[in-house]
Amino acid sequence: MSEVFNALLVGVGGQGIVLSSDILAEAAALSGLDVKKSEIHGMSRRGGPVFSHVRFGAVVHSPVIPTGAADLILAMEPMELLRWAPWAGPGAAACYLAAPILPVGVEEYPEGLADELARLFPRLVRIELASIRRSVPLKVRNTALLGAASVFLPLELDSFAAAITVLAPRGSAEANQAAFDTGRALAEAQLKEPADVE
Amino acid sequence: MHTRLLSGNEAVALGAWEAGVAVGCGYPGTPSTEILEALAGKPGVYTEWSVNEKVALEVGVGAALAGGRTLVTMKHVGVNVAADPLFTASYTGVRAGLVIVTADDPELHSSQNEQDNRNYAIAAKVPMLEPSDSQEAREFTRLAFELSETFDTPVFLRMTTRLSHSKSLIEPFAGDAPQRTEAPLAPGFEPDPRKYVMIPGHARARRVAVEDRMQRLIEAAEDHPANRIEWPDGLPADAIAEFGVITSGIPYSYVKEVAPQAPVLKLGLVHPLPRRLLAEFAARVRWLYVVEELDPVIETQLKAWGIDCVGREAFSGIGEFSPTIVARGLGRPLPAPTLSPQLEVTVRRPGLCPGCPHDHVFTELRRLGFIVSGDIGCYSLGVLPPYNAMDTLLDMGASLTMAQGMDLVVPPEQKGRIAAVIGDSTFAHSGITGLLNAVWNGRDGLYVVLDNGTTAMTGMQPNPLSGERMGRSDAPSLDYALLAKAMHIPDDRLAMVDAYDTATISAALEHLAGQSGVRLLVVLGLCLIEGQKLKRIEKLDLKKTVRRELVRTHPLGGQHE
Repeated sequence: MSEVFNALLVGVGGQGIVLSSDILAEAAALSGLDVKKSEIHGMSRRGGPVFSHVRFGAVVHSPVIPTGAADLILAMEPMELLRWAPWAGPGAAACYLAAPILPVGVEEYPEGLADELARLFPRLVRIELASIRRSVPLKVRNTALLGAASVFLPLELDSFAAAITVLAPRGSAEANQAAFDTGRALAEAQLKEPADVE
Repeated sequence: MHTRLLSGNEAVALGAWEAGVAVGCGYPGTPSTEILEALAGKPGVYTEWSVNEKVALEVGVGAALAGGRTLVTMKHVGVNVAADPLFTASYTGVRAGLVIVTADDPELHSSQNEQDNRNYAIAAKVPMLEPSDSQEAREFTRLAFELSETFDTPVFLRMTTRLSHSKSLIEPFAGDAPQRTEAPLAPGFEPDPRKYVMIPGHARARRVAVEDRMQRLIEAAEDHPANRIEWPDGLPADAIAEFGVITSGIPYSYVKEVAPQAPVLKLGLVHPLPRRLLAEFAARVRWLYVVEELDPVIETQLKAWGIDCVGREAFSGIGEFSPTIVARGLGRPLPAPTLSPQLEVTVRRPGLCPGCPHDHVFTELRRLGFIVSGDIGCYSLGVLPPYNAMDTLLDMGASLTMAQGMDLVVPPEQKGRIAAVIGDSTFAHSGITGLLNAVWNGRDGLYVVLDNGTTAMTGMQPNPLSGERMGRSDAPSLDYALLAKAMHIPDDRLAMVDAYDTATISAALEHLAGQSGVRLLVVLGLCLIEGQKLKRIEKLDLKKTVRRELVRTHPLGGQHE
């Protein structure tokens, strides 16, 4: 199973998880790899958690990542990263957008979440909302996060660029590419600095 | 440049189009919806959203009898609605290929039950194919048309949620784009009343023909290309393997994932089963596992034939499988979770969208102490907090009719306190007959249609009340006021109100609650997501105007301006 790369993309309905995972899967396909991805549509969209499994490698059988085998978790929301943490395999990397969304009917967000995520994932990129709020429009924040996560993905940048060209909604390829590059640069800068999450 | 990564649903549409399909129809329902959406607009094929699944299948049978290859799509519970024509279409046969997609929903991701529609294939005596990935979904759709024509029968294609909504690579096209081959049969209806007119005398003869066809299908199943044995490399042909697996559909991919070296009999034709092939495989393995989601359909037939196997003992019949579940059942090693979070994760429930135009109705119905008879669709979320405003939910259209049943027997203090709530698409699907039943039988009842201009839960499909048809071309929409008039619902018991006019909604509910007889309240709003889409195609203002006009001309209690 180790020759298959397992990426789990998670978030809340409406955050663009499906498009991000489509771009990732397409990038892998354009790299000449076998790819499978899986997600659930329907009720889960309406405020519920949303997930997409993307698997690529020489041969991929199951479209679903086995529990405990994810190599990377990309989360558009901090609590969603925690929710899916049990899917992580040994040494899994994670990347998340630090923009909490309270579930409907819930008043308080768990305290100490950032510390807990840092403890769970030694290979972690945390994108502060403030660092992209101005430069990345709301609609393409998912692509910024994919750009950030790309530092952990064994795929060429050219493949992502080509996938964005194929899949970005009409007229938005440039904005998506710019968001991707912004996210990527933020992640690279963060990984170069010594971690100071404590 | 186009992508070669297709979802199972997109692949079915591609396979149908490549096979020369002339007509595609269905009723939207997760996880089947995207099939017709992917087929719509392709050259040479007529597509429609039908009013309901029964209608879709009847349109499909008609088209097939007249010589056009036809694809009919629905979710698993939709087959219940279409079951009436289905069982008799098995008798009439089809002439041109007729493929019925049933998209089953193991785990009930977005459904009210978890039925396994392989049982329908057996009961209706209709063959069924089940693919395992997108490439097979594409191929099997073509095979299904061929099987349908060769044996003059409707053919089921069974999808499941995981297959419908997962993407995998398809084989490249011969040229730059997919090629469509003309269907072999020329369109044209040829009268044959003994075959197409199912009066008892004719049907008795066809009953025999169906049985004969099943026998021929059973023979054909033995070497149908969709069934195959995968024997591991290097294992001699006369060896007995320690264990082997019979499986089909998405579970096949899990078996390959967790036990790549196991001998596998992969079934693509899941009804009828190839008895000799199964027995041959069983004889070559010491332990025979059957890995099938939901009902023990294969297992039961194997055991009836005296073939010993392990099925339900190792795999639950409840819910969706996963690589982990299959690994556990087969006794294979499992990756163990490596992280143990110390913090609790809060549940994130789905709910009506913030700002949904219809949330006020639920709040008010609760405040007024109504028993709320609910229906399928977005509004089923009215049962969850913060509304907690739904007491029953059964199937499409049941809100109106169950309310009538309840009203017949409730004690005086609950009399007149039952309200039925239904969305616009569901009202057209099977609510109208329930309303007619109430009027005809002189029942009491408050019936509330929450019209948001679209079939929102399944992703914004038009319906007979939304003024559009598939592809967003304009269509006449059903006129509630004329419908009420035709049903002899008096003017003062019909109200059409703006969903954002909360004061009027409250007033209308209180006014109608105090009346007797059949009362119809139509709350007109526009789904927020649909509204954004309409804005993009510059139709929002028009649609708003049309709705405002309905409210203006039919206000509360017949007070015409």
